[in-house]
Amino acid sequence: MRLLKEKAGRTVMFILTVLPTLLLVLMFFGLFRKSRAILALKSFGGLLFSSGWHPLRGEFGLFPFLIGTLWVTAVALVIAVPISLLMAVYLSEYAPRGFRDFAKPLIDLLSGIPSVIFGVWGVLVIVPLVGRIAPLFGRYSSGYSVLAGGIVLAVMIFPTIIHVALEVFSAIPFPLREASLSLGATRWETTRHVVLRKGSQGIIAACVLGLSRALGETMAVLMVVGNVPAAPKSVFDAGYPLPALIANNYGEILSVPLYDSALMLAALVLFIVVQTFNILARWFLVRAERRAE
Amino acid sequence: MNDVRSHLSIRNLNVFYGDLQVLKNISLDIPDRKISVIIGPSGCGKTTLLKSMNRLLDHVDEVRVDGEVLVDGEDIYGPNVEVTRIRKKMGLLSQKPQVLPMSIYDNIAYGPRIHGHRDRKRLDFIVRNYLSAAGLWEEVKDRLHHPASRLSVGQQQRLCLARGLAVEPEIILGDEPTSALDPQSSQRIERRLVELKKDYTVVVVTHILRQARRIADYIVFLYLGELVEHGPAQDVFANPRDPRTRAYLTGEIS
Repeated sequence: MRLLKEKAGRTVMFILTVLPTLLLVLMFFGLFRKSRAILALKSFGGLLFSSGWHPLRGEFGLFPFLIGTLWVTAVALVIAVPISLLMAVYLSEYAPRGFRDFAKPLIDLLSGIPSVIFGVWGVLVIVPLVGRIAPLFGRYSSGYSVLAGGIVLAVMIFPTIIHVALEVFSAIPFPLREASLSLGATRWETTRHVVLRKGSQGIIAACVLGLSRALGETMAVLMVVGNVPAAPKSVFDAGYPLPALIANNYGEILSVPLYDSALMLAALVLFIVVQTFNILARWFLVRAERRAE
Repeated sequence: MNDVRSHLSIRNLNVFYGDLQVLKNISLDIPDRKISVIIGPSGCGKTTLLKSMNRLLDHVDEVRVDGEVLVDGEDIYGPNVEVTRIRKKMGLLSQKPQVLPMSIYDNIAYGPRIHGHRDRKRLDFIVRNYLSAAGLWEEVKDRLHHPASRLSVGQQQRLCLARGLAVEPEIILGDEPTSALDPQSSQRIERRLVELKKDYTVVVVTHILRQARRIADYIVFLYLGELVEHGPAQDVFANPRDPRTRAYLTGEIS
């Protein structure tokens, strides 16, 4: 009887473990199956690169959304990467321990804020701000724009980048820094030539993790980018990233033929892109660990 | 009278980590162009004393230093001292060799470049010269631009020695420089140090008494943060004056 219990328990736990592991694969195939309806009628490449989005006319070009995603993500990275790396360098190389112990948990807490709150903050603060600075660049903007989305996203991903970068820096042995310092190098020289170089793989991983978070982030971006299905021409224009497209439309006008299939295809594309970057990040992290040895 | 002159002197040095006093009122003249070996049981402050000499202690959290460390008569803890200039006067060998994440060539050229040498020919000369001085040139001359991390640990430590020499220091500091090495590599490092003492003042921390006997000209014995005894190596080994030194040398305390 006891042995039976042991065996049963083991089997149940095994199944419970396998299911979530397979979830990734199941989701992939689920999305793939659902998007087959539209792929049967139109070519994948054609859908990806045509820009007409007129569901009622049966046109489902995903291009504006792809471009919207890329723009918002690029803006977020351009803002977040330098700032977070400088912050991580400061915290790891310059800051006294007390300050580091104080600041690190606060930064980590930022990543726990629900994204809808970032969205509200974006609407209340960033959107009007962008609307006001756009004329300085000779453009009109309602504020609901790629730039606003990028700024909000940047704030959301910098905890991720800082966190991973700090891990990477702390894996670098202190005596290595001493070796550089003892030659008469300054802190900055040591950071630049030794710490950043030694940690380069890990830093790339940190950025890629930030990137994949940015690509998939939905709520906060959706609230501030404007959601106009046309490829933005400048950062002050509205955009419409993939996640926002799916979240806004799924379940609404599904009576339109092929609509849900098109959205599923969008989801599939997003899924593949994000997972690719996740895998890439992992690969860089593994390499970074090996190099830290 | 080279024996009396000293460009490295310590005066009333006290070091605290938080509330813990790790060095207690140390005063000491390190003799020029000799190998001084700091010995003592682990935790007695050997490494702290060594690191106080090039201000690497600055980077330890919650450390407090008072007293003076005089290098060429200048207190390196003084208010207007540029710490990079002080450190340039000393090469450091750490417990485990720490090669910089770059090529063999760039490891050596790193220091000189930082201090403003840009001339390619001059750098080539420096690299060759100091790799030879560290006894590594013959082994690596065909792969100078390979990553230094591919060298064996013993070679890495000699590379670190060469790198330290390349900034033209006056003093070489070694923090148990052979503790990560196999016996043969250790012997090589020891031999290099003995050779280098004709041009440099060498200070080495070790917990290996036999090593101290092999290479020391001058012995500094620390016990629980106190400078118990120091003097020419033969004297200290033959006639330790303090009972604690005697106990340590005979292995009663370790």
